[in-house]
Formats: sequence, structure tokens, C-alpha cells
Amino acid sequence: MALNDLPAHVAQHLTLALCALAIALAAGLPLGIAATQSAGLRGVVLALAGVGRTLPSLAVLMLLLPWLGVGMTPAVIALALLAIPPIVISVDLGIRGVSRAAVDAATGMGMTSLQRFTRVVVPLALPVSFVGLRTATTETIASATLATFIGAGGLGDEIVRGLQTDDATLLFVAAALVAALALGADLALGAAARLMAENQ
Amino acid sequence: MTYLAAHPARVAALAAAHLELVGVALAVALLIAVPLGLWAARRRNVAPWLLGALGAIYTIPSLALLAVLVEWFGLGFTPIFVALVVYAQFMLARNVVAGINGVDPAQVDAARGLGMSSPQVLLRVEFPQALPVLIGGVRIAAIAMISIATLGGYVGGVGLGVLIFNGLTLHQPQMIVAGSLAACALAIAVDATLRLAEAKTRPSTSSG
Repeated sequence: MALNDLPAHVAQHLTLALCALAIALAAGLPLGIAATQSAGLRGVVLALAGVGRTLPSLAVLMLLLPWLGVGMTPAVIALALLAIPPIVISVDLGIRGVSRAAVDAATGMGMTSLQRFTRVVVPLALPVSFVGLRTATTETIASATLATFIGAGGLGDEIVRGLQTDDATLLFVAAALVAALALGADLALGAAARLMAENQ
Repeated sequence: MTYLAAHPARVAALAAAHLELVGVALAVALLIAVPLGLWAARRRNVAPWLLGALGAIYTIPSLALLAVLVEWFGLGFTPIFVALVVYAQFMLARNVVAGINGVDPAQVDAARGLGMSSPQVLLRVEFPQALPVLIGGVRIAAIAMISIATLGGYVGGVGLGVLIFNGLTLHQPQMIVAGSLAACALAIAVDATLRLAEAKTRPSTSSG
């Protein structure tokens, strides 16, 4: 029984997902904000994000293979690319949903554009924008399972090994762990969203 | 691109098989999800539970569910087909509920007042109004299913995943790229087609 490898694979799985999400946030937040500032840019960014949402995750992981080879780096880059669209779409949606009146009131109170953005726009846009992060997180944890096919490790390794060695226990435990990670992250971020809503 | 250029017929045949797998699974999924969604839409206390349960299943990563199904059904067509039907339930049932609940109650009352029976109200009033939302659900489900179906190549199924996984086994990057590009193109084409259908069934608002 090779269940004692599981903790290392869980750690690897979370590292893959968290690195990808950090990159996706670093790229997706400014892109989403920029999209709300110019109609032309918004058209391009949202069209690309729309296409990005439709691409099969296995295909995106595989398309980088000829250029970046196998391993952790291409897997993180591919997972980040997959996580950017939901973040960009929801940041744009959140900011555009902020009422004109609230922004005008802030201007009337003499706030600078930076103050207006950090004190009015961000808090009002946060609930909607947070949904995208939640979607991206569960999807990234799920897609990270496929990273095993380009040699990046994670719990996908254990599922594949369980299948290849016909080890049903390993397979079920590894599958349940990925599902628990994805569901757990979804529930935790859902609870965080409710807490934010109550504190507003 | 070299594999794609050298074997266009093989890539096209696998793309057709991919589309057929998703199409048949989608049809079966609709046969389950539409009655399920209608039932939940009629009972307001059922809907959150049903959609919560289907949503939880939807969160299970596809490779994990697929692996469990392979233990159950063995390799081949069945595990990937069952996985596709199961995953689609959440997106389809959710949109059936949203579509039916979104119908203007005044119109349902008016139809009843005209003497329509419940099935008539459903078919002539509720269903046509819910259709754009339902097609939206079909589009999202179809895209997710095209993506999940690529894993079929790993468990002895059909479709473009066969190119991807054979390419991995044979160390043929061009084969992997061909399969991946074709899968992306298929997803984009299906998305565009269903968006068009969605827009066509939506009552035109431009004149008002």
C-alpha cells in the first residue's frame, strides 16, 4: 500500500494550484480593472476571456508542451492561463456594477480618483468580483489533477497510479482527496463571501 | 501543425467522434435534467437541495470521477459517457429551474384564464419563454463536456483525447498539439453556434 505518499502529493497539488492562482490574480486583477477604463480594451479583453473560458483544460496544458516541456513550470503557467478569464470577467462585472451615484457622491465629497477607487469602487465591487476568484479556485484545484499528464505531480499522480496498478483503495482515497480539496475550498470561500457581506 | 497537415482525415474523424459522444451524452443528459428541473421548479423547497447536491457532484474533478467510474464499468466508452451525463446535470437542471422560474406569472395566469390545461401552459407559454435560458445551459454544458470528453482518450474511449494520449505515449508532440488544437477549435465552434441559437430564441428587444 502506497498511501503514505499521499501527504506529499496533497502538498504538491496545493502548491501547483496556489502558485497558478497567485499568478492569475496578479494578471487578472489589473486586466479586469483596465477593461473597465476603456471600451476598446474591454472588447478585446472580454472576447479573449470568453474564448479562454471555452478551451478544454487538458488541451491548454498540452499546448505548452512542445515549447515549455514537462514539469511544474508549464503546469503552473497553463493553470494560471485557465484561471485568468473567470477573474477578469468577474472583476469587470463587479466594477461596472458599482452605481454611478456612489462614484459621483465620492467625487462630490472631494475624494481623489485613487481614494474613490480604494474606498468606494473596491468595497462595492468586491462581492461580485469575489465570485470569479471562487470559481477560479475550485476549477484550478480540479484542473491541477490533470498536471500529472505533463509530469507535474499532484494528486493526479496517485489517481493514475491507482488506475495503472488496479489499486482501488489508492484510487478512491486520492479521488476523494481531490474532491474534498475542491469542495472544501469552495465552501471556505463561500463562507468568506458571506462574512464580507455581513461586515458591510 | 505537421501532424495536422499530414493526417487531416484522421483528425477530422476523431473530432466527429468527439462531437458525437458529446451530442449523444447531452441528449441523454437532457432527458434526465429537464424533468428533474421541472419537478424542482414546481417545488421551491426542493430546488436548493437538488441543485446543491448536483453542484457538489459538479465540483468533483473529472479525472477523479472518471477513475472511480473506470473501477466500476471497466475501460472503454461507458465510464466517459456516464461521467459526461452526470456532470451535465448541474448546468442543465440549474438553467431549467431558472428558466421556468423566470417566466412572467401574469402570462401563466392569463393562459390558465384562457382555459389552457397545465401541459398546454407548459408547452405553449412556459417552455418557449424558458428556452433561451435552457439553451444557455446547454451551451455551458456542451463546452464542459467537450473538455471532459478529452479524458476519454485516457480510459480507452473515443474522440480527440486519443490523439493527445497516444501522442504522450509515443512521444509525438505534434500529435498532442494536433489533438489539443482540434479540441480547442471544436469547443469554440460549438460555443459560437449555441450562442447564435440562444440569441435567435430570445424575444427581440431591439424594437422596444
